[in-house]
Amino acid sequence: MALLVESTETADWLSLCHAGLSAAGASHLGAPTFVCVGDAIEIDPAQGFLRGHGTHVDPNGALRASVCGVLQRINKLVVVRPLKSRYIAETGDVVVGRVTSIAGRRWKVDLHTRQRAELSLAAVILPGGIQRRRTAEDELNMRGVFKEGDLISAEVQAVRGDGSVNLHTRSARYGLLGEGQALRVVPNLIRRQRAHSHELGELGVSLILGCNGMVWVAPVGGGEGEDEAARRRGNACRVANAVRALGRLCLPIFLGTVMGVVGISVEGGVAVREMGGQAFLERVVEWEAGRRKEMDVD
Amino acid sequence: MEYVTPEGLRTDGRRPRELRKLGCQLGTLESADGSATCEMGFTKVLAAVFGPRDTAGKLHPDRAVVRCQVATAPFSAGERRRRGKRGPLATEQAATIRETLAENIHLELLPRTQIDLYFHVLQADGGILSTCLNAGMLALADAGIPLKDLVGSCTVGYLESTPLLDLNYIEESGGGPLLPMAYQPNMDKILMLQMDKGKLPVETFEVLATLATEGCRAVTGQIRQSLMNHTKQLAVARGSV
Repeated sequence: MALLVESTETADWLSLCHAGLSAAGASHLGAPTFVCVGDAIEIDPAQGFLRGHGTHVDPNGALRASVCGVLQRINKLVVVRPLKSRYIAETGDVVVGRVTSIAGRRWKVDLHTRQRAELSLAAVILPGGIQRRRTAEDELNMRGVFKEGDLISAEVQAVRGDGSVNLHTRSARYGLLGEGQALRVVPNLIRRQRAHSHELGELGVSLILGCNGMVWVAPVGGGEGEDEAARRRGNACRVANAVRALGRLCLPIFLGTVMGVVGISVEGGVAVREMGGQAFLERVVEWEAGRRKEMDVD
Repeated sequence: MEYVTPEGLRTDGRRPRELRKLGCQLGTLESADGSATCEMGFTKVLAAVFGPRDTAGKLHPDRAVVRCQVATAPFSAGERRRRGKRGPLATEQAATIRETLAENIHLELLPRTQIDLYFHVLQADGGILSTCLNAGMLALADAGIPLKDLVGSCTVGYLESTPLLDLNYIEESGGGPLLPMAYQPNMDKILMLQMDKGKLPVETFEVLATLATEGCRAVTGQIRQSLMNHTKQLAVARGSV
């Protein structure tokens, strides 16, 4: 089969998105102050300031931004928030990661975070589900729980002082991920919500939006025959492509936007494989502009 | 060969103190934490930043480790380069780029991590080192890594008793001295200044250094503008920030 390349020119999705949202007047920003690396930040000498993340004091004593982003002032505190950065773990975050190795009594997990992440043997549910002290035998059977290369979902239990992350899977919601697909998006796009793992009953798809930018989409349920299974697999691909489309346009990703994009793709009769095309992405931008306007009305 | 005509025009039609067209694009690679392509005239470099991430090798308890690799595409220059061998020049350039850009990163804020910089020279038409540095600066800023200041870089040379700014390949092979410079505009600090080939009287050197500083200021102006544009676009896409 010949590989069809529609266009070798890479479209600038971000400009497309920017143009679409600005034209619709749906940029939805207040009046934020943007700063660039090295810009001096004005401070009131009478009031003084507290130096927050993304700022530093240069040798001449001036306060400067050290990342590009949005300037925020909270009383005396001055912070610059970058719009794109590596995931910085916070306690309670739901994450999706890959087990890279087993070291002693812990699994090392790749979360695409700044520092290493570990899942301790004591922080998982043992196969029987009974609570007891972990013995040397459990330690030998660790590969029976998770082995290298396995994808898992977990919760951040603690972020230690040196920045390394401790995970736990001590709940039925977390654990090994089986059949499905994992996607990676910029972690800042994932909006923090009360729930990050969703069962989309209608579609027969389970969706986990990991705070670390890893998204897991899998078909769930079964036993109703081959056609039904194929429908669920197709739906899983549709949801995955919806997340990819949002990620490519740098739009916020949460259940509402993902389901919205799935909705317009079904409505417009767009095939799953066409969801990465320019026509559909333009439609997504249009829909997002509409959604933001509705929010304004409310 | 004549590098500057009596009318004061160079081989590509520029004036002696004129930069080439500078093009900056951010976020060109989806899989990297930060990426950028920088074009100076016909020289084009793709830079990708991975990190700060868990160290694969030796970790430093108090700072980040920066690693750097420069690859040159076989089709980048006039004559197709044979695959395989990596010359000593690429290794030296990688070391220079690593030292220069690492100097600009707040390494102490990222303990026990490593930052990997990868450069790919797609088109080589003079000023590769400068273009790499500019692309690297953009990619680091795109990755949200805390930096001390902007960095801009350009190369100056001296041919036919004329100081020339931002040399292309023909002028670079002219045999005159070459001075690539990297400069932090807000700190007013020279991060890197090399002199390859040739000798110069001190007075001329000073003229060239001043010209290079001016060139770097112009470059950082452009870099800042493209970074600000990119930041605004991202913010609009994100909606509430």
